[in-house]
Amino acid sequence: MKSFPHNLWAMLRSASLGLFTAAALGACAMPEPWVKPYERERLADPVMKVQRDPLSAKHFEHVHEVREASRGGTGVQGGGCGCN
Amino acid sequence: MAAIEAATPRFRRALRRMRLALRTLGSRRSEKRGLPLLATHLMGALGGLLATGHAHAVELAEDRADLMLHSFDGGGVNAWGPALLVRKNLLNKVSLFGTYYADIVSNASIDVVTTASPYHETRNEYGVGVDYAVRDSLITLAGLYSTEPDYIATAFNIDVSQDTFGGMTTVSLGYTYGSDDVGKVGEGFFSNAKHWRYRLGVTQILSPRWYANMNFEVVSDDGYLGSPYRMALVFGAAVPERLPPTRTSRTVQFRVVGEVAPALAVRGEYRYFWDTWNITAHTFGVGAATRFGEKWLVDAYARGYRQDGALFYSDNATSETLYVTRNRQLSNYTSWVLGTKATYALMRVPGRYEIFLNGAVEYWKTDYSDFTDLRTGSLYSYNATVLQLFVSAIF
Repeated sequence: MKSFPHNLWAMLRSASLGLFTAAALGACAMPEPWVKPYERERLADPVMKVQRDPLSAKHFEHVHEVREASRGGTGVQGGGCGCN
Repeated sequence: MAAIEAATPRFRRALRRMRLALRTLGSRRSEKRGLPLLATHLMGALGGLLATGHAHAVELAEDRADLMLHSFDGGGVNAWGPALLVRKNLLNKVSLFGTYYADIVSNASIDVVTTASPYHETRNEYGVGVDYAVRDSLITLAGLYSTEPDYIATAFNIDVSQDTFGGMTTVSLGYTYGSDDVGKVGEGFFSNAKHWRYRLGVTQILSPRWYANMNFEVVSDDGYLGSPYRMALVFGAAVPERLPPTRTSRTVQFRVVGEVAPALAVRGEYRYFWDTWNITAHTFGVGAATRFGEKWLVDAYARGYRQDGALFYSDNATSETLYVTRNRQLSNYTSWVLGTKATYALMRVPGRYEIFLNGAVEYWKTDYSDFTDLRTGSLYSYNATVLQLFVSAIF
């Protein structure tokens, strides 16, 4: 009987450790993609695309870049004018 | 971004199949033998729509051809010319593209009229490249060659984008190496400059109607980075500008795009730039895009830009320094842009091709804080108009 509280304490400690480990693992698990592919129809609409026409985007990038000190970071492929 | 962009042609193809199935339904209603064909079409269409999601793989950009006339007019500079883009898919694995771009420049800008003579010149730029799609990755290799009477630039770039996290996240990496020959009319080519650009981009789908985008780019330059024609003022006397031979800049941009009502998208963006010449710049942008009827798609946007100039920029230096410039591109200024773009669907032959007419215009207003117009003695400012007219064929 003397060992009962001690065993109970050990069991509680083991259970707590198990719960903590499970919670920690659960927290570390990768989240699931929350927007399913069939829910992306609106994102594919041309109105959602900022740079729909690559030639147009490249020209606007060019006219800004040759007149400003800043450059890059716009995501326009082939940006940068290669000119002086 | 590739996930979002790839979804567009895939959806279009699926919808074409659905329309074809519905047309078949109308034409074969009275024919018993039409039912199996109809069922095949409908199943194909539904399969196509479902495949938009589950069979995740990057798709190549659509085949297209664009022919554009562009112009910039403002601040004494007129630059216009044609531009061309052709893109063709081969074996559904690679997409080849080629570009041509010309700038026919008449320059009587404030720099030119106060320290030199107005001039005319033409810049021709040629580009070729290939996209290669493999599973969830898109690999792009491209080269560019630009030539002017006193400047020749060659660049090579490689970009890789990878869809991940169920297609909700697209990560892209890019690298460009450029080498330029710098010359002066009458003296020939006398120096060179090299450029290295490193890009990182992440596009994240946030919800069925919103996505965000982050781009980071580092650019390093080494060589002759100034202009052999440009003069600086030191104690009121004109001297050739002197610029450091190296420069490294970093740019980070954040953008959010969302659909707030059916076929009405809004966007907001912010870009921060800083470099080793002590230049910093903030760019803010807002815009909206919507459709009018079946044929029109219209964009409108505003852009604000604020730049703090280089450490060695001076309108009129009052001490001798190792580096000095009066290049207003490196000065302190604020610029505002209002822009709009309209696309009209001229012709649509479902499953075969679409032809669009496009027009875009930007109106600029730029005010310098420490660049004096030597003709009037007041601070310089200018307005400009940028125009694009082009036709696009997607097939």
